[in-house]
Amino acid sequence: MSDSTSPRPRVFIVDDHGLFRSGVRSELGSHVEVIGEADDVEPAIAGIATSEPDVVLLDVHLPGGGGQAVVTALRTTHPKVRFLALSASDAPEDVIAVIRAGARGYVTKTISGADLVDAVMRVAQGEAVFSSRLAGFVLDAFAALPAAGQQTPPFDPELDQLTPREREVLRLIARGFTYKEIARELFISAKTVESHVSSVLRKLQLSTRHQLTRWATDRRLD
Amino acid sequence: MAVHVREAHHGCMAEQIRSKRRWRRGSWRRVPEQRVLGGVAAGISARTGVDVNVVRTVFVVLAFGGGFGVACYLAAWLLIPATGEATSIGSSALSDRTGITLAAGLASLVTAVFVLLSLVGAGWIGSLAWSFVLSVIGIVLIARNAPPAEQATLRRLADPLIGFAGDTTRSRIALRATVGAALLIAGVITLLVGHTSTALLRPLAGVALVIGAVVVVLGPWWLRVGRELVAERQARARAEERADMASRVHDSVLQTLALIQRRATDPQQVIQLARAQERELRAWLFDGQAPGSVADEMTFAAGVRRIQSDVEAQHGVTVEVVTVGDCPIDEDLQALLGAAREATVNAAKWSGVQVISIFAEVEPEAVSLYVRDRGRGFDPASVPADRKGLSDSIHARMDRHGGSTEVRTAPGAGTEIRLSIPRLAVGQTAPA
Repeated sequence: MSDSTSPRPRVFIVDDHGLFRSGVRSELGSHVEVIGEADDVEPAIAGIATSEPDVVLLDVHLPGGGGQAVVTALRTTHPKVRFLALSASDAPEDVIAVIRAGARGYVTKTISGADLVDAVMRVAQGEAVFSSRLAGFVLDAFAALPAAGQQTPPFDPELDQLTPREREVLRLIARGFTYKEIARELFISAKTVESHVSSVLRKLQLSTRHQLTRWATDRRLD
Repeated sequence: MAVHVREAHHGCMAEQIRSKRRWRRGSWRRVPEQRVLGGVAAGISARTGVDVNVVRTVFVVLAFGGGFGVACYLAAWLLIPATGEATSIGSSALSDRTGITLAAGLASLVTAVFVLLSLVGAGWIGSLAWSFVLSVIGIVLIARNAPPAEQATLRRLADPLIGFAGDTTRSRIALRATVGAALLIAGVITLLVGHTSTALLRPLAGVALVIGAVVVVLGPWWLRVGRELVAERQARARAEERADMASRVHDSVLQTLALIQRRATDPQQVIQLARAQERELRAWLFDGQAPGSVADEMTFAAGVRRIQSDVEAQHGVTVEVVTVGDCPIDEDLQALLGAAREATVNAAKWSGVQVISIFAEVEPEAVSLYVRDRGRGFDPASVPADRKGLSDSIHARMDRHGGSTEVRTAPGAGTEIRLSIPRLAVGQTAPA
């Protein structure tokens, strides 16, 4: 799926398990250039700041704080670095937190090598990467918001609600459809699917709805 | 003789076919889409151009005039085919022997009652008799032979009556017994006090004799009709029970046996499978806990994850689960989970791929669940009839609970089973 003419993206891997890092390194193989690794928040921030990779593969759970600490620390100083969250965890609150901090996507650690390469390529090109699980989390998070009409101000429908089309696209992602299959299913172009997903990502990151922020904490209290 | 009889029969059939043709040419058709009852008024209105409400009013007025309208309406319902149907309800009723017997039995019962009423002097009631008898016959034949949608209409109309007669709660029985006893006592007192001369009781004795005679002559027949009806209903209940049992045994025991055959080289696993199945079967037979069912306190999402872990353990595949929203499990969702489990197991067994995706979404109006694999797919038309999984465990089960099933597959293109069931308005929970 990767575009062979584009230069190989430079990748930095952040994960506290050495075995996992070497596994990912071998799976990514020659498709990308792995320029560094780190096993915790502090070394990751330092390493990324000096090496300035295109894509950071970021474990959601790190001993010295969540992966979101890494994103938050680097977002303003290194806006060109893009983050792809990786996790074996089921905990939606952590995943949503990393995305809201600025990561461009989320995939589970069970992802196949080929799919991971594809996801890295997409993130390197500035696209959003939604795994089926992330799509499920996002649908859940926005469903937890009060319905339109019951909203208290300040409510921005541009940011605080998904359009029916975006919902449809997320549902298909959650059902395991690829972008191409979604495009075929909805009679739209793959580019349009992409723009829907990017728009969802934007809403997820920019919505100031405190319900969305609190959604994570509510889930934790369950 | 036999030949003659057959010829006569043929003649009758020919007559019937001719009459059907005549109806079709005349294009008298009931319009069930616009029906209040059977769509007769709408049909007449469409044929004659008279406003449908006028036709309805005429029927209602005639109904009050000695029940004539009711009998006419039912006859039309019985004899005029619905739009898009080739035959009328009446023609299919000709082959319904139990129905005809039942109609004749009830008609004779009603006739007997009317004869008795006219004997005790309520002669004016006799004028209602023939339309009443015709109506009874019509209702019985329609109720037994109409398409399901029209049967449902009839049942809805009859519901209050059936509900009253079939109500077996203690307080109702007590109430009815008290009223009956009070009436009886009042009647006897009136007779004894009001008519001191016993001579006036003589016509009453006559009535009693006639009742006795009718019961002696027709009683056994009525009894048989009643018994046949009960037997028929029991047979239907048994068939349903059997279907349910078959799909449960298929889901559990037959699946496990198939697994055991496949894992025959691994004694440890065979023992494990056999143990698990034994436990499940015992729980079902002796504790009444259905196989594959989940505990009551479990939520829907937990039920889906249970399917994930079970299928992963039994079949060594990866099941990826995404759920959106959650709610408590009711009987319908139990069925949905059962069907989903079957679909997932099928995918694990037949798709030939290692990853199966389940997506389940709980919305306020409905719960949907998708089981998808990117495996070899199949041609639904070529599935042998004895393969029960898809038809019984999925389709029929969803149908029984008012849900729907959609299968999207083709050889080489993977398979997606979509299950969906409407939710009752009650039992809402927040998705968070």
